Amino acid sequence: MTHGFNRRSLMLGAAALPMAGTAALAQTATITGAGASFPRPLYERWAQAAQAAIGVTLNYQSIGSGGGINQITARTVDFGASDAPLTAAQLTERRLLQFPTVLGSVVLSANLPGVADNALRLTPEIIVDIFLGRVTRWNDPRLVEMNRDIRLPNLPVSPAYRADGSGTTWVFTTYLSRVSDEWRNGPGAGTAVRWPVGNGARGNEGVSNIVRNTPGAIGYVENAYATVNRMTTTQIRNKAGVFVRPEMPQFLAAAAAADWTVPNFAADTIDLAQPDVWPITSPTYILLPMNPVADRVAASRNTMRFFDWAYRSGSQIARTLEYIALPESAHGLIRAAWARDIRDPAGAAVWTPTGA
Amino acid sequence: MSATTHSPAPRRSPGLLGDKIFALLCKSAGIFVLLLLGAIIVTLFIGGLPAFQRFGLDFIISTRWDPVEGREEFGAAVAIIGTVLSSVLAIIFAVPIAFSIAFYLTELAPPWLKRPVGTAIELLAAVPSIIFGMWGLFFLVPLIQRYIQLPFGEVLAAIPLVGFIFDSNNFAGTSLFAAALVIAIMILPFIAATMRDVFDQVPPVYKESAYGLGATRWEVMRNVVLPYTRVSVVGGIMLGLGRALGETMAVTFVIGNANRMITSVFDSTTTIASVVAMEFPESLAGSPQQSALLALGFILFIISFVVLAISRWLLRPRLK
Repeated sequence: MTHGFNRRSLMLGAAALPMAGTAALAQTATITGAGASFPRPLYERWAQAAQAAIGVTLNYQSIGSGGGINQITARTVDFGASDAPLTAAQLTERRLLQFPTVLGSVVLSANLPGVADNALRLTPEIIVDIFLGRVTRWNDPRLVEMNRDIRLPNLPVSPAYRADGSGTTWVFTTYLSRVSDEWRNGPGAGTAVRWPVGNGARGNEGVSNIVRNTPGAIGYVENAYATVNRMTTTQIRNKAGVFVRPEMPQFLAAAAAADWTVPNFAADTIDLAQPDVWPITSPTYILLPMNPVADRVAASRNTMRFFDWAYRSGSQIARTLEYIALPESAHGLIRAAWARDIRDPAGAAVWTPTGA
Repeated sequence: MSATTHSPAPRRSPGLLGDKIFALLCKSAGIFVLLLLGAIIVTLFIGGLPAFQRFGLDFIISTRWDPVEGREEFGAAVAIIGTVLSSVLAIIFAVPIAFSIAFYLTELAPPWLKRPVGTAIELLAAVPSIIFGMWGLFFLVPLIQRYIQLPFGEVLAAIPLVGFIFDSNNFAGTSLFAAALVIAIMILPFIAATMRDVFDQVPPVYKESAYGLGATRWEVMRNVVLPYTRVSVVGGIMLGLGRALGETMAVTFVIGNANRMITSVFDSTTTIASVVAMEFPESLAGSPQQSALLALGFILFIISFVVLAISRWLLRPRLK
């Protein structure tokens, strides 16, 4: 009995030793993050590539932006991730630094038999009226007027929306609030709002399911999801009055046109004035504690190393997954913010650009 | 020899101690369940207290559920009504079928068929609710949309007085009707199994006497079996209702998740459980929204508790 016990513990010890050895050799460091589900596919792919490149292992749990904010506020993870930026007051209260990683865009998908992909043209006013329940049929004179070259069917308009709280809803309703006073004073902008009409479903897949199954349905989905699933999308007229297609050049134009020097990187990329921008895009953010406790300093540094690597080498991965990379100028500003704001308990900067 | 005569006493005393320990363990397990239940209620209540304080009675009677930050307003009436309506509709759909199944199994089915059909019903009860949700979304919802709502919607809406129940502008198929149908299928096995069991408990001599007097099977069912088991049957239905009230995943898939008051069974609406499931992950800790969601949970707990208490009371074994 005793003999067997000894042998087992010996074996355990023998098994543990080489593992500890390799860990020390490869300097694998694990960082944990939690939050938004929208960037999860990207962070996971970055994590795979970064593990080989810089030896940082990322464990990311996509529990939703709200969950991510709660977790990082409680400091149970190394970083949080949120689709909607936090306000300056919220960041100060939680002692968090906020920086963007990539942008995402929201597109509209409609199920109109006989209407080709990106053929339908919509103006902001029409979109607002559709989601307010004022445009009830697809052969509405105003829709016909701006879509003279396609035949619109006489179908009821069935709006579809995300019923679960989501960053996608936040982006889309922020856009609607921007283009319409009535929407701003009515349903407003948030991760979940009070929809006047339509059907709610869970996730991009739920909305896309309603759109697919219901002739005449229109819903908003995250662009990466729409592209991967080959959904029929629409053109939208942007602020400059140009009808634009939801494609990468228009998304990158929005990222380039945004002002990244604003406080907390809460850059406004919605309904920008440039003629070639897609009007509904938004950055997704990382929340990093400004005051990591002593035993979290290394993890904080590794988190910044991870995203530093992602900015330098991750753009191609982002693009293949249909995420919109930030412009180079923004990367520099973010690194400067790391060096300035993240301090260890002794007050020294955790991030040193040369030590990366 | 002396060892054997003495042995009962030493063997007994550890036995007594064991009995005491065992009794104590059982008692604490029982109390633990009570404490756990109480703790859940108290946690939900404390979590929901800010919402109750801020909105007062409005929390229950207002239909305005606006989670937008900065102007939060939480009225749970839509969710409460949606929960009750979907469950009651489900009961209306499920009870006649459940009764037919139980009637068939206890009175009509040949003995060799009773076992497989009974087992099938029990298996139906074991299907996870997410499966019903997916099946409902991909099969039942299009079916309702294409073969019930589109062809019959306008005909039904033209019926005087009650037509408005079927008159809807919602053509996606996800609706209160779809949710009630899915819940009905989910609770069917519970009600059917309870009914079968209580029908089987009717003393054969009662039924035989009725048959002896020349009663038909239906007359026996109506005048002997049902009166004898009436209260237990209602208890079984309440048990199904209890499950229907708390059903979350399957309902969320097919109800349309619209926090709006419905005027028609084909409108989309929401239930307490789906609102909580949908909005909880994105609610910030300590926010009015989270408090309102916890308060919703508390209300659901109370509703389910009352329904289950009534069913237990009706199903209680009685001395006859």
